[in-house]
Amino acid sequence: MPKSWNPETKPHKFCPGCGHGLVLKVLGDAIDELEIQDKVVFGCDIGCSLLAWDFFNCDSIQTHHGRTTPVITGVKRATPDRIGIAYMGDGGGYAIGSQHLVNAATRNEKITVILVNNTNYGMTGGQMAPTTLPGQKTETSPYGRDPLDTGYPTLGPEMVSAIAREGAYVARGTMSNLRQLKKFIKKALQNQIDGKGFSFVEALSSCPTNWRTNAEATWNFVEKDMADYFKVGEFKAPAKEEK
Amino acid sequence: MSDKPVQGEKRVFMTGNEVVAWAALAAEVDIMYGYPITPQNEIMHYWTRMAPKFGRKFLQTEDEISAGFTTVGGVMAGKKAFSATAGPGNTLFQEPMSMAEMMRIPTVVVIQQRGGPSTATVIYSQQEVTMTTFGGNGEGFRVVYSTAGHQDLYDYTIKSFNTAWKYRFPTFVLADGYQAKMREPLTIYDPAEKGIEMVKPEPFVGRPGMPGVDRPTQYLRNTYNTEVELYDAVMDIAKDYEAAMEDLMEWENFMTDDAETLIVAHGVVSRAAQGALPELRDAGIKVGHFRPITLRPFANEELRKAAKNAKKILVVESAYGQFLKLVKEALYGMDLPIETILRPGVGITSEEIVARIKEGR
Ligand SMILES: Cc1ncc(C[n+]2csc(CCOP(=O)(O)OP(=O)(O)O)c2C)c(N)n1
Ligand code: SF4
Repeated sequence: MPKSWNPETKPHKFCPGCGHGLVLKVLGDAIDELEIQDKVVFGCDIGCSLLAWDFFNCDSIQTHHGRTTPVITGVKRATPDRIGIAYMGDGGGYAIGSQHLVNAATRNEKITVILVNNTNYGMTGGQMAPTTLPGQKTETSPYGRDPLDTGYPTLGPEMVSAIAREGAYVARGTMSNLRQLKKFIKKALQNQIDGKGFSFVEALSSCPTNWRTNAEATWNFVEKDMADYFKVGEFKAPAKEEK
Repeated sequence: MSDKPVQGEKRVFMTGNEVVAWAALAAEVDIMYGYPITPQNEIMHYWTRMAPKFGRKFLQTEDEISAGFTTVGGVMAGKKAFSATAGPGNTLFQEPMSMAEMMRIPTVVVIQQRGGPSTATVIYSQQEVTMTTFGGNGEGFRVVYSTAGHQDLYDYTIKSFNTAWKYRFPTFVLADGYQAKMREPLTIYDPAEKGIEMVKPEPFVGRPGMPGVDRPTQYLRNTYNTEVELYDAVMDIAKDYEAAMEDLMEWENFMTDDAETLIVAHGVVSRAAQGALPELRDAGIKVGHFRPITLRPFANEELRKAAKNAKKILVVESAYGQFLKLVKEALYGMDLPIETILRPGVGITSEEIVARIKEGR
């Protein structure tokens, strides 16, 4: 268990097989390895991410749906020596909070946004999300998502890397490759520590409860269907640019 | 593709959210715009399953500000459009609903109140009374129906579209998390077979013909150059609202004629008040109950009439005095003591009301 976790709140409250727990595990490891537990202000959204409000032994703020990015921006602007982490779902980041994501990236806010992509709105019971795959059935796309009617899935890191400028770090990792995901999250935090710019990591994640999948089908969906559509890797890294 | 989703009369057993979706279908609604939020989600879930079968549409927006403004746009295009929300979503709806209020746009929004303030709980409360009746940055020229159960939800969801389109005030159906999620028996029906004529929607923009030639060009605006211009515009709306008030106001009286204690409650809490009456009457206590159905406009005079023999008033609500304010305003000048049972976010039983009235004697 990462040192930065709050052991009193474990076992955690996510459904069995949920990806949130794994993403928070590598985030905990990254916080430990960078030795920033005392500096972190952890913000989480409404959505299943809110279940992490007491997850770490870090000061935490659980805020409104889609508003975690501006809340953490407010903290960081007021106290630049803090490490601000905004943790949210795809609904929070790409739908209701998209204007905040776009503007924080444009202003190159020195914060780290970690967005968990599980292709649906988990907490409200599995509605279509900006990231729902074409043909995927959800509570509000009961006949399968039709891109002609509802558009195509949001490609978040692609979008953010297109608008973010010098110093930004943007990547997409997956719960099916945790070593790599940890590396991305660590770099995103290091980027903030170095004061370089906006950092954004999307993590492909599972929601077996709403997908109504068993273990095998869950893994297939994450490793194949999702990874086919959402390309894993680094989209922008200051270190690379500087070379 | 059948265009009559409900034929004849049918006895059914459903959740309130399902009832709203059926009622909207029966009311010939064309399109729903929405954003997920508990406890109204299943209105969208049922709607998205049924709507395509009847040629109706749905759009899931990126948030409630957008859901409200797309509803405004749909209505301006001449379609019967509606949305549903709750809690923090209702907060975000106030911006588009301020526009609807000032521009007389017949939007319909179903509110399934949940516990506030802030994001709070996803369950029950009556804490969205102030926001739903007066939440905009205007004068509150809107209509708010407070429903007490599933038959109400069906009847008033249908009615809200007629109210909105006839009087051109944004109209709200104010229910709550209990009504949203519980199952109750009710009768659903085709409004036409009950003699209810559904008002036909009309476009505000995009009418046939060449603008400026065949018809006047529409310039719908939401901004005023001077204070005086704004004053005139608001006073015109105020005049229409005042004139419509008599028609719009709805209420129910339960044994109020000789009531010395008058219980005032709305929505689902009214049912607890109704339930308390027989036992109190059996105990020889002259008690009655007044239930406003419209919280805006509020039937002030009718409440005063119901209170004419009262020695005291008991206001009961699952909020910390939001409804109480409306009652106090209505009773202004009447010298009557007001007692309260205020339970923000918590349900209220008949037993509690009975106990309070018995101990207060
Ligand atoms: C203003 C507002 N609108 C809607 C909601 C309801 N709501 C709670 S969680 C949620 C969706 C969360 O989905 P996502 O961000 O994808 O996170 P997940 O639960 O999948 O992790 C919504 C719409 C809310 N709390 N506030
Ligand atoms: S609903 Fe989905 S995202 Fe939420 S905790 Fe359960 S599995 Fe995880």
